[in-house]
Amino acid sequence: MRYRTALSVVRGAGAAKDGTRHWWAQRLTAIALVPLGVGFVVMMIALLGADYDGARAAFAHPVAAALWILFTVALFHHAQLGLQVIVEDYVHSLGLKVAGIIAVKFAAMALGAACIVSIIRVSAGS
Amino acid sequence: MARLKLPSNSKVESGKTHRAPPGATNVRRFIVYRWAPDEGSNPRTDSFEVDLDECGPMVLDALIRIKNEVDSTLTFRRSCREGVCGSCSMNIDGVNSLACTTPIRAVKGAVKIFPLPHLPVVKDLVPDMKRFYAQYASIKPWMRAVTPPPPDRERLQSPEDRDRLDGLYECILCACCSTSCPSYWWNGDRYLGPAALLQAYRWISDSRDETSGERLDDLEDPFRLYRCHTIMNCTRACPKGLNPAKAIAEIKKMMVVRQL
Repeated sequence: MRYRTALSVVRGAGAAKDGTRHWWAQRLTAIALVPLGVGFVVMMIALLGADYDGARAAFAHPVAAALWILFTVALFHHAQLGLQVIVEDYVHSLGLKVAGIIAVKFAAMALGAACIVSIIRVSAGS
Repeated sequence: MARLKLPSNSKVESGKTHRAPPGATNVRRFIVYRWAPDEGSNPRTDSFEVDLDECGPMVLDALIRIKNEVDSTLTFRRSCREGVCGSCSMNIDGVNSLACTTPIRAVKGAVKIFPLPHLPVVKDLVPDMKRFYAQYASIKPWMRAVTPPPPDRERLQSPEDRDRLDGLYECILCACCSTSCPSYWWNGDRYLGPAALLQAYRWISDSRDETSGERLDDLEDPFRLYRCHTIMNCTRACPKGLNPAKAIAEIKKMMVVRQL
């Protein structure tokens, strides 16, 4: 049993003085993903039925490779920010919440790294 | 974790039915949530048939008639009966609104009346608003200025500056918006909710207040402010036609602009 006034609960540990960076980064990556996402879909459609050499040719130009790396970074950064919000919204036990946020961030980084390495390898032609 | 099922002592059972007096022609059924802490039983819904020919046009008129004529133990808050006090906010036909400004004829079929969602119930339609008021208090809803007022008159405000408070000052703190917000349902202990944030923005917008920066500092928090995901239930619920979602968006905009 703990006696606390409603105001002391609401004030809690005070404002974290953070959250704006997270919110702003989510908007920026969303804006970036509009052209990058459309470009990605267009290229995937263009590559329908193509073989590995066709795909390699599409990735060969350094600008193309750079764009797909940018797409990967924006995509996984955005996904990770959004999934963190979902965890914070719905998971209320502190341990599970921290574990969820760590899992989301690590998974995004691992998948993003795997994508970037793949893009570089295909682009470099191995 | 989120709880998916109600505990067994919270399941709502169906309760008593009170028939309309014989000879009534214009009958409407009201299904009302009932729970009293000292009865030790589950919450239930009672049915009351009301003759609309004998009753005023608003949902509150029907509730008052039921309390006066049928069951005096029915408990609800009401005061002004004209939408300025914010006491009779409740969930009517699935929508949070004021019973005094909701016409009975705006509802099709039986009128289902429940307390505001996701607040502890004190009795029947009376929810516990303690935390809601504490959240309002926490945004310091009064003018804070370092510069002393002129000795011979009040602080001046231009008509244009005064206009900036329109759409903000009218809030009556009925809690219809906050209790319609899922983010407030799941994280109401840390998220301030649309009502308190609209009021925060009302003081940030006041040309006479000198603490906008401190006010923004106090809101800059992943939970206090940024639990708002702009689904705009608040704006749809507001019985005064205000737009808390826009006020919250303006606060977020100021947060970004002050660091660019």
